[in-house]
Amino acid sequence: MKSLGSVEELEEARSAIRTGSGSRRRSITVCSGTGCQALGADRVLEAFRDELEKRNLSDEVNLKPTGCHGFCERGPIVVVEPGGVLYPGVEARQVPEIVSRTVLGGEIIDDLLYIDPITGERAVRKDDLAFYRHQQRIIIGDNERLNPGSIEDYIAIGGYAALGKVLSKMTPEDVIEEVKSSGLRGRGGGGFPTGRKWESCRRAKGEPKYVICNADEGDPGAYMDRSLLEGNPHRVLEGMAIGAYAIGSSEGYIYVRSEYPLATKNVQRAIEWAGKLGLLGEDILGSGFDFQVKVVSGGGAFVCGESTALMASIEAKRGEPRPKYIHTVARGLWNKPTTLNNVETWANIPVIIERGAEWYSKIGTEGSKGTKIFSLVGNINNTGLVEVPMGTTFEEIIFKIGGGIPDGRKLKAVQTGGPSGGCIPSQLMDMPIDFDALTKAGSMMGSGGMIVMDEGTCMVDIAKYFVNFLKRESCGKCTPCREGLYQMSEILEDISAGRGEIGQLDLLQQLAQVMRDASLCALGRTAANPVLSTIRYFREEYEAHIRDHVCPAKVCTGLVSYTIDPEICTACGRCRKVCPADAITGERKVPHEIDQEKCIRCGACFETCKFGAIVKV
Amino acid sequence: MVHIKLNGVEVWAEADWSLLETMRYYGVDVPTLCHHDGLEDYGGCRLCLVEVDTGGRPRLVTSCTHPVFEGLRVRTHSKWAVETRKVVLELLLARCPTSKTLQDMAAKMGLSEVRFKPRYEDCVLCGLCVRMCEEQMGSGAIVFVNRGQESDITTAFDITSDQCRRCGACMYICPACELRCGGPDAPGVLCGSCASPAPTCLNVYDDAKCYMSETACGTCLGRPKASQDDRGISEGRK
Repeated sequence: MKSLGSVEELEEARSAIRTGSGSRRRSITVCSGTGCQALGADRVLEAFRDELEKRNLSDEVNLKPTGCHGFCERGPIVVVEPGGVLYPGVEARQVPEIVSRTVLGGEIIDDLLYIDPITGERAVRKDDLAFYRHQQRIIIGDNERLNPGSIEDYIAIGGYAALGKVLSKMTPEDVIEEVKSSGLRGRGGGGFPTGRKWESCRRAKGEPKYVICNADEGDPGAYMDRSLLEGNPHRVLEGMAIGAYAIGSSEGYIYVRSEYPLATKNVQRAIEWAGKLGLLGEDILGSGFDFQVKVVSGGGAFVCGESTALMASIEAKRGEPRPKYIHTVARGLWNKPTTLNNVETWANIPVIIERGAEWYSKIGTEGSKGTKIFSLVGNINNTGLVEVPMGTTFEEIIFKIGGGIPDGRKLKAVQTGGPSGGCIPSQLMDMPIDFDALTKAGSMMGSGGMIVMDEGTCMVDIAKYFVNFLKRESCGKCTPCREGLYQMSEILEDISAGRGEIGQLDLLQQLAQVMRDASLCALGRTAANPVLSTIRYFREEYEAHIRDHVCPAKVCTGLVSYTIDPEICTACGRCRKVCPADAITGERKVPHEIDQEKCIRCGACFETCKFGAIVKV
Repeated sequence: MVHIKLNGVEVWAEADWSLLETMRYYGVDVPTLCHHDGLEDYGGCRLCLVEVDTGGRPRLVTSCTHPVFEGLRVRTHSKWAVETRKVVLELLLARCPTSKTLQDMAAKMGLSEVRFKPRYEDCVLCGLCVRMCEEQMGSGAIVFVNRGQESDITTAFDITSDQCRRCGACMYICPACELRCGGPDAPGVLCGSCASPAPTCLNVYDDAKCYMSETACGTCLGRPKASQDDRGISEGRK
């Protein structure tokens, strides 16, 4: 395809691609996001390619590796068109059957269909799955429709039309006004109104101005930004170009963590192709607007997701935040006005421009507009990426979309907002999720991680996990965060080992307050949230650890001991073999015993025993 | 020139002054550790926190890095600011319990107990030496390495640096390296006797180890340097 010199040429190219690909009605879509690749999507894709070649169908059937479909629990996902038949968990050996029966025969293979674990019904199409049916996938839904390596695919589904509209019909002020009235708030964690950010940046004095896409997603269990950048890189680039036009910038950076090699590769290829077609670079679509994008690879420091630390890292300095008393929209990268948004925010922009702020602002709640992608992980049946309108309740996400908690266990709490977020207890599950409601409940939206925890979870242990994560990942610059997290982890260590004192709860709370008030950046200011929210909702659990020396969930190793029930023990000797401390004694046919002095409470015997003879006390 | 309200009093300041400079100009003192007049401000130690109100919610800011602008309202000794500064100092003291500089600050601020676990580190990570080396000496031989709890200040790759001219500026500016006081008391309790007009340190505790050089620590003795010898300071050091 040749370079596109105007909006008209873009539209011509679009209709050419559409008529061209229309001749190939049959297509096979293989989800090739990182999650499905880990489950063998590459082998499945290869098997399809071989099979189609063998049958001389390569030209007739469009084989499409796409980005993440979101239903990561049951990858690799394969969708066959026409008909939209969805097969989950496909293996390479099933490929010939799928090609001969479904692709050629138009038949639905019952055995390969998804069976709903609750109702037992088979689902044929995507919309038949409860997981997809209750979502509103306006952002991530396009992942399924395109090969991230093909700019034609993106143009075919209407890509770069929003950029064309902006460059031909709108002034920068119009764009800002549109984004402002859409009510879009930053999806990276802070929830700052995007339109207002752009406006301040446009007004700020200083040249050149920069736009940055923050793809340094580091929350444990969160991967929606990776999936977007991996699956639909052009959407992000288009959003950035529109933002750059609005604030008056001609240079952009995408800061991707190096742990995301596929995202880096896909976005680099997208930049290259967009440049070739004149959708990035100089004089875009003949409008006179220039915009270049560079990809910067981060070293995987959690703190580099903080805007000023990220900018320091791009400037090749140590990734630590600096005070933001003068905002980054006025003095950001290289002390120039800078607009930084995260991947999901940028991906929302083309949708807003194309379908209009009025349409967009009808989705969501009063204070939080649009949809939000959550990564639903933890003790949940359907792990995956879930996009729902703001204001959806936890209950709907966990039970309708997520399929509930595995093994019939009870829900205990949901951790939102990553390590800086908080734990929402099960009694608040009817709460509509938006920025303000989460903050009020002592947590935050963060980038949209949602870790579901069942009754086997110890809240002190969870608080300890997140504090220890942040202790490692704090940049170490300011005292309250660096020293406060160390002391917090020491106190929690004491409590979980049964050495705690009741006064330590007050000390924890006072320390948490100081960290919130005195820390330099948002990492430190929110670092105490996991502790504060668990004390707020699960205080009795802390007290049980301290006062009764009991871990109610039987998780904290210092407060749990293992014994063998001689009635059940068959003396098989398996536990004796796995015990790393040689604490288990017993002969054949004699019930075994655990020497409590030697036992290090690792739980290896508990997991090995087939008969349930080992009991946690 | 801008006008700000400092502890209820309207004062003027030059537009390019920091809040700390303005406060010091008017004789209002807050403790500082990572600040030095000759170096770029860092905002790391968080000891110079003050409460500001810019029309919205009041918040605590580091006065060394905060600019002054028209209409800014500042309260340097509100309960919130004072209590928060105390806990920050407590955290620093837990890191470096033997730092004389920190102990003196504690005595001045009325902090008499550290409730946190002592770590017995030597370095407070204020970064003064790093900035001294880079900004004033133009060398950049020492840098911060690692992050979080592993944060440290050292030469690149931990080997003798070719950049280092052994000027000693880092040692000169360090508030923690040189001045150590083991103190007479158990960890956690601060005697504060150095700052007291009636010192207890040497008289009461026979085995007190004072590592202060005579010039650096005179307060403990409450006497001019000339007469220190007859107080038996050299014996105390054994």
